[in-house]
Amino acid sequence: MDHAAAGFGVIGVLDLQGGVQEHLDHLRRLGVAARPVKRAAELAGLAGLIIPGGESTCLSRLLAIFGLDRAIRQAYDGGLKLWGTCAGAILLARENVGEMPCLGLIDIVVSRNAFGSQLDSFQCEALAPAVAREPIPLTFIRAPKIVRAGEGVRVLLPMADYIAAAEDDRILVTVFHPELTPSLAFHRYFARKCGLSVAGGDDAGVDPDWTPHSWMDFSHHV
Amino acid sequence: MTEKRYLLNTQLAQMLKGGVIMDVVNVEQAQIAQEAGAVAVMALERVPADIRKQGGVARMSDPGLIKAIKEAVTIPVMAKARIGHFVEAQILQALKIDYIDESEVLTPADEECHIDKTPFEIPFVCGARNLGEALRRIAEGAAMIRTKGEAGTGNVVEAVRHMRTMNREIRQLATMPVEEIMTFAKMNGLPYELALEVKKLGRLPVVNFAAGGIATPADAALMMQLGCDGVFVGSGIFKSSDPSRRARAIVKATAYYNDPEQLLEVSMDLGEPMVGLDVAHMPDHERLAGRGW
Repeated sequence: MDHAAAGFGVIGVLDLQGGVQEHLDHLRRLGVAARPVKRAAELAGLAGLIIPGGESTCLSRLLAIFGLDRAIRQAYDGGLKLWGTCAGAILLARENVGEMPCLGLIDIVVSRNAFGSQLDSFQCEALAPAVAREPIPLTFIRAPKIVRAGEGVRVLLPMADYIAAAEDDRILVTVFHPELTPSLAFHRYFARKCGLSVAGGDDAGVDPDWTPHSWMDFSHHV
Repeated sequence: MTEKRYLLNTQLAQMLKGGVIMDVVNVEQAQIAQEAGAVAVMALERVPADIRKQGGVARMSDPGLIKAIKEAVTIPVMAKARIGHFVEAQILQALKIDYIDESEVLTPADEECHIDKTPFEIPFVCGARNLGEALRRIAEGAAMIRTKGEAGTGNVVEAVRHMRTMNREIRQLATMPVEEIMTFAKMNGLPYELALEVKKLGRLPVVNFAAGGIATPADAALMMQLGCDGVFVGSGIFKSSDPSRRARAIVKATAYYNDPEQLLEVSMDLGEPMVGLDVAHMPDHERLAGRGW
């Protein structure tokens, strides 16, 4: 039996809308087996699932329509590790300021689109000691803020008036997009959280071969 | 626009991939679009089908209307400026919307020049009929491309033509020896450096959506299967008999564009689509796609 095909040691990327290819590319660079997930059956046996950035209302509608929300909760109960980036973090949050929560699996409060319009999107560098010993680049696109973290949630990256990354035992959330930068550090961290062994120590994990076009290897060509 | 800002702007387009951007003319429609799962709305006073019917000069929408729509939704808000009308673009940037569409659907303000998009912080999406047009817009600073199609017709034939043309030209470039590229670039109006980049990437160097004439879930999936990264729907939703239902169906079809069983299911019982127009017999002066240089 092909273990990768069955999902053992494989990380899935929810493939409904948004930054799917970018995550697949980062996982490939890390040497982690990965596959897009469009249907509930494709969750079977996965070690982890990334819910990418995109538009959270669109993603939440599609999750509900195709019963993927139930399937993800079920797989999570069965031990599936989850990571939400940006919109993914909104979907995983237990509370969402002014809106209904979607999956509601991690005890954080998020505030949607908390920085403003696209003109307020930005890039910076910061140190998240649990993830990498060096500062890593961070890209915020119309990002949400984590405004509160409950008990049992560890803050990985505190900022001035909000939290940019946090985790509990089974879920990682980042309001920024590591998949839009050359750094593989957060993907390495999540892969290890999923129980996979990944080489590379704890540096910034910058892949010199990455370019802003790298995701295009995974876009379908005609 | 710094290189860093341009990158952030192309990356916002990446986050819209696999999604549907819907034309809306008021707050109520914007909320219906968001509720149906749109990844962004295009705020305008008249959808292309009405612009076509009513004629006259079509301009940037009243900023008051765009502002009201911006306040009513949490998804990104786009708005249109006339081709070459850099002051309309300055106003839209001051309004802090998320993306400007420099659009042939509005009456061009300049019949020789597009907007120089490089001094702006805000991202631009532009229409294209072929690879040369797409790369010229990118060279001017566009962070996202869409097919032009023939807006306001409910007829997908021109969008298909434009996407097939781009795909064909990209394939030609991909297999072309380097010494032939300069002449190909000259003949087809391609900026040379960008032609080299397309050859290397095997696709446009930015996100490319379908637009112009998409009216059904099958139209949306067709454009996705032809290689588009996402879909704009203009008149196709709010000119149909059941906009909310049709909007949801097109969102689903775009996400599951490769799954005929899902497409079958979402295509059923949608009510009347918008009335379509024949493009083949349309006189040249009525064709919007010809606007752009």
